[in-house]
Amino acid sequence: MRAAVLALALLLWAPLAHAVAVDPQPLADPAAEARAHALMRQVRCLVCQNQSIEDSDAELAADLRAAVRARVAAGDDDEAVKAWLVARYGDWVLLKPPVKPATWALWATPALLLLIGGFVAARRLSRRAALPQAPLDAEEAAALARLERGEP
Amino acid sequence: MIVNRRALLVSVPLLLFAALAALFVWGLERDEPDALTSALLGKPAPAFDLPGLDGGAGFKRADLAGGKPVLVNFFASWCAPCLVEHPWLVKLARDHGVTIHAIAYKDDPAASAAMLARLGNPFSRIGSDSSGAVGIDWGIAGVPETFVVDGRGTIVFRQWGPITTQGQMDRLLRILKDTR
Repeated sequence: MRAAVLALALLLWAPLAHAVAVDPQPLADPAAEARAHALMRQVRCLVCQNQSIEDSDAELAADLRAAVRARVAAGDDDEAVKAWLVARYGDWVLLKPPVKPATWALWATPALLLLIGGFVAARRLSRRAALPQAPLDAEEAAALARLERGEP
Repeated sequence: MIVNRRALLVSVPLLLFAALAALFVWGLERDEPDALTSALLGKPAPAFDLPGLDGGAGFKRADLAGGKPVLVNFFASWCAPCLVEHPWLVKLARDHGVTIHAIAYKDDPAASAAMLARLGNPFSRIGSDSSGAVGIDWGIAGVPETFVVDGRGTIVFRQWGPITTQGQMDRLLRILKDTR
């Protein structure tokens, strides 16, 4: 039984060891290679547009990985590498849209909708709680008594 | 008063949904839904200096500031849509007098030359970008892609993917006509 549970757990965890693309020539300096990989994870593959270039098997992704490595090896900092890519491909090449006037609406809308929705909900709840329960008058009290006795 | 308020609150989400639905329908009906806007529109063409095929004359940025608008077509002999597009390029050059320069992207120069010998050569100048570095500088995501460059070497338009319809050809002709 324990073996079965262990096997199931291992099976479910297996996708975590997902393959990233393997290149023949990583950078010699492991710190630089790690920085290059961190950058690659932020860059969109223009061919398979929901993958980063680290994950994608497309040839363009391999070329862009080489370009990122070249810029890292040349001493560019992270912002410079991203700027180099954005100059050629536009903001879309970054998986996370930059925060600038053109994207304020994109970034702000979820928070705004949450605020508006929360406001409306709060108003609704407070209004319902504030409705006074008026006491029953004589006729209504008699009708209630009749119903409780089982008469229509 | 309360009835009007409720009608208002109910109608706002409905209107928002209708607006979103209209936006999605427009998006679905678009001509080239995968097309991206080039980041180079309005900017000068990037610097490049490429050798030609088989020792022929090459192609460099200075060739683009010739005073009249031209097309720059990225192609490759291994690219099926490029083969489909090629007759349209031939038609543009031969029947409409459009000057088309080409960059062979990540292609074997002999194979590119063989393709042109077989299908016709509408290109005035051809550069061989074997590494693909020039393609990346132009921001291409694949082949074919065709750029309209004005007489001063500024990129004005990018056609994403092959030219396969009369509508796309007419659009290019229109842009070329409106460009100086």
